[in-house]
Order: sequence, then structure tokens, then C-alpha cells
Amino acid sequence: MSVHRHGGDDCKGACCLRVSGLGVVAEGRTILRSIDLHVHCGQIVALIGPNGAGKSTLFKAILGQQPHTGDIQFERSGGAKTRPLIGYVPQSPAFDRGDPVSVLDLFVSAAGTWPAFLATPKALREKVRGSLARVHGEGLIDQKLGSLSGGELQRVLLALALEPLPHVLMLDEPFSGVDVEGELQLLRLLDELRRRYDLSILLSTHDFSNLADYADKVVLMKETVLKVGAPQEVMDSPEFAAVFHLRLKEEG
Amino acid sequence: MELWYRLVSLLPFSWAEAGSLYFMKNALLAILVVTPLFGLLSTMVVTNRMSFFSDALGHSAFTGIAIGVLCELADPMWAAAVFALVLSALFTWVRHHTDLQSDTVIGVFSSTAVALGIFIATFGGGSFTKFNTYLIGDILSVEPAMIGLLAILLGLVLALWVTSFDRLLLSSIHPALAGSRGVRVALQEWLFTAAIALVVTLSMSWVGLLVINSLLVLPAAAGRNLARNMRQYHLFSVVGAVVCGVAGLLISYYVGSSTGACITLCLALYFLLSLLGRRTGA
Repeated sequence: MSVHRHGGDDCKGACCLRVSGLGVVAEGRTILRSIDLHVHCGQIVALIGPNGAGKSTLFKAILGQQPHTGDIQFERSGGAKTRPLIGYVPQSPAFDRGDPVSVLDLFVSAAGTWPAFLATPKALREKVRGSLARVHGEGLIDQKLGSLSGGELQRVLLALALEPLPHVLMLDEPFSGVDVEGELQLLRLLDELRRRYDLSILLSTHDFSNLADYADKVVLMKETVLKVGAPQEVMDSPEFAAVFHLRLKEEG
Repeated sequence: MELWYRLVSLLPFSWAEAGSLYFMKNALLAILVVTPLFGLLSTMVVTNRMSFFSDALGHSAFTGIAIGVLCELADPMWAAAVFALVLSALFTWVRHHTDLQSDTVIGVFSSTAVALGIFIATFGGGSFTKFNTYLIGDILSVEPAMIGLLAILLGLVLALWVTSFDRLLLSSIHPALAGSRGVRVALQEWLFTAAIALVVTLSMSWVGLLVINSLLVLPAAAGRNLARNMRQYHLFSVVGAVVCGVAGLLISYYVGSSTGACITLCLALYFLLSLLGRRTGA
């Protein structure tokens, strides 16, 4: 079965993020139920589904910000289990573009070891430059956040998520507000990072156009997981047609 | 204070001569203590889009005073401080536990607090005029003990800034991102609003409620136009607040007008200049 080829329905002793039997009920309404998910190290898994399918809630649950039932664990290659260390790349923040926050300020405040309103010590500045170098963004260090393009901002947030280096990288709609060139650049970068750091990468997206080029596995969800498999396999499935046909009708 | 009076006497002003006009010297010292405080808080009021909230806090401080007067406290200011702290906690809680927009939450709190304040102040046919000092403010009435209290407050806010500014900034840029990095966003927000609450209540009797919010908004609003990063932002905001504060005090002395109003007008001018500065800079 192709599901096994693309990571399988179990971690099988390999390095992987395992979500099992996850459910979320909020204000008496079931938002997620019996979600099972495996993201192997070095793999890119794309989470797709209509608006309100619970993708953001699933992210929040994995981040530990949403009460849930079920289990979330990170298994090392030997089989040892820990709570996963997550690098989170949020949806483009809705901050005011005029705010005088530089890329350096963002990193310094996230590190939390030195007050960002004072002059930054040289060593810390070099460290931030090093983080930015991972995403080829050293030149952005003194830019205001508000003056970055969508793609540049995503790269900066990505560099931030890699500091400290996580087990799992989670990106919430990384391509929204990013132009075609920026999207390709971001995809090349993710590909490079997962190879270099053997990261598990989980991302949610609305953009199916080049899903097949980068995703090892696609998870179609709406309240629960409806279909898991290779990109083409999921997009050709009756479940995919049903979910997105329904959405078109609702929106029309 | 003696040291201060001797220092001031070196200044080339007629009121600065030794042995005279102590109220003016006290006022100058008070301004030098409190304007950096406002300049500092102002940066996050503006970045967090809380200018409406700080305004509401000012209004509620008045309600606290009215409650203090009702309870016949020797100094109703303390009732106001406690009331503002409770309100800031309640406000933060409501904001994080309901899906109401924060301007709606503020509107609810502000109008309730003001109505309650007026209700208590005028209860049983009471006269409102005794509250006028809080509305307009009188900086020349400030006493050395009060300045000491404000200096302590400045120390506390500085300590808060050094220890938790990073978390505060990250929460304001992106709450979910901050949460994912272990920041307790609601706690940070409450600490910050509590600081504003204390500063507003302790300084309102001599800045004046009607203009106090300008001190919390204008310095950073101008600094924001000029700065490219957090360091410059703080610099422009704090220095602007101090310079405008001193200038406002001097102007009010020579033209005989309300000091709070003069400071606000100076700050407004600063903001206007910063707008022009941004345009030519860009």
C-alpha cells in the first residue's frame, strides 16, 4: 500500500512525530476527533482541508496550547519517546507595518536573554546573523518587519522557528501572501533544511498547485483524517472531490 | 531635596533663585521623574494598540477617587489605585476569555466605570466641583513625598521593562508565536496594564485626567514615525516626553496656563514635526 511507502501508519522505530487518537471538544462542539498522524524525520507532510476543518486547532493542540484528548509524542530512532520540541512558523502576523520592530528586535525578544530596547551586544547580533544565514537572510537583519515582502517575512519567521533547532517544524499557511517566486524559494529552502537537519515538517496549505513537487505525504482532513497518501493519490480520491466540491457549493 | 534645590538654583531662571518658589522646583523634579515613565510605557501602549484602553483606565481612576471619597479615606488616591488594578485584571481576563473585540470590551468597561463614578460622586445631591482638580490637574501642588513615590514607581517600571520587555514585545508582535515559545501572554498583558493603571492613578491629580492619555500616546506616536528599531523608538519616545514635559512646564509658568495642557500641546507639536520628518526621510 502506498501509505506505507510514504511513511506508513506507524513510526516503526524510526524518528518521527506521532499523533494518536487526538480529539478536541470546545464549548460542546466536536472540532477534532480520533486524529492519527505520523510525520517521519526528513519528511514534508502537507495538511489540506476546507476552512474550518480544524487545521489550526490541530496545530494549537500539537503546540500544547489547546486542551485535547489523545497522545502527541516524538519518537527518536531508537524508540525513546519525548514531548516534541516544535518550531512554529505562524501565519503572517497581523502587526502594523509602521511599527518600529526590526528583524534583530524580533530575534532578540524571542531569545529573551537581553532586553530588546537596549543596544544589542555584538555576540548576540552575530548569533542572530547566524540564524538568518540558515535561510539566506543575513542581509535582512536591520530591516523593519513591516518593510519585508511576504516571502522574506516567511523566511525570517522560519529562521526564528529553527532557533533553537526543533524536532518538528510546523508551518501554518506558509504560502499565503507570498508571490510565486517567493513560494519557490521557500520550498527550495524547506527541502534544504529537512535534508540538513533531518527535520519533520508539517505544513498546512490551500495551494495545491505544486503540492506534488515537494510533499512526501498529503493529509486530507475535516474534523478527522479523511485520506492519507501521496499527493496525486489524495487529490484523485473521492474524499477530496467530496470535500472540495461541497465547499464550492457552500461558497457559491 | 536640598541637593535638588541647590542644583536648580544654578539655572538661569528668575524662579530658580535660591530660597524662592519651591513649588516650581518641585514641579520640575516631578516632571523629570514622571515623563520618562510615560515615555517608556507609551511605546507599548502604541505598539499594542491600547491607547483607548489607557484612556478608559484614566476614567476609571476617577471612579476610584469617588469611591475613596465616599469611604472617607484620608487619601482617595489609594482607592483609585486599587480600583484601577482590579479593573485592569478584569479587563485582561475578559479579553482572553471571550471573543469580544477589545475596543468593545474597553467601551463596556469605560462607560460603566464613568457612570459609576458620577453616580457615587453626585450621590445624595453631592457636588461635583470638588473633583475638578482631578480633571484639569495642578502640577504646582506636587509635594516632595509624592515625588519620592513616583521615583519608586519609575524604578519598578524600569525593572519590569528590563525583565519582561522581550516577552511583552513578542506577545504584541504575535500572541500565538509567543505562546509557542512559552510566554504567558495574558500574564504579560496584565503586568503591563497594571503598570499603566498605577502610573495613571498616581499622577492624575497633577497632570489632569483630561490630558493624561496624551502623555501615554503622543511620545511613542511621534517616536514611531522616526524610529527604525526598538532602541531608537525608546530613545525618541523618552527624550521627546522629557523635553516636551520641561518645555510645557516653562511655558505654563510664563503664560500662566494649565501645565498638563501645555505639555500636551508641546507633544502634539512634536508629533506634527515627526510626521513631517518621516515624509522627508522617506
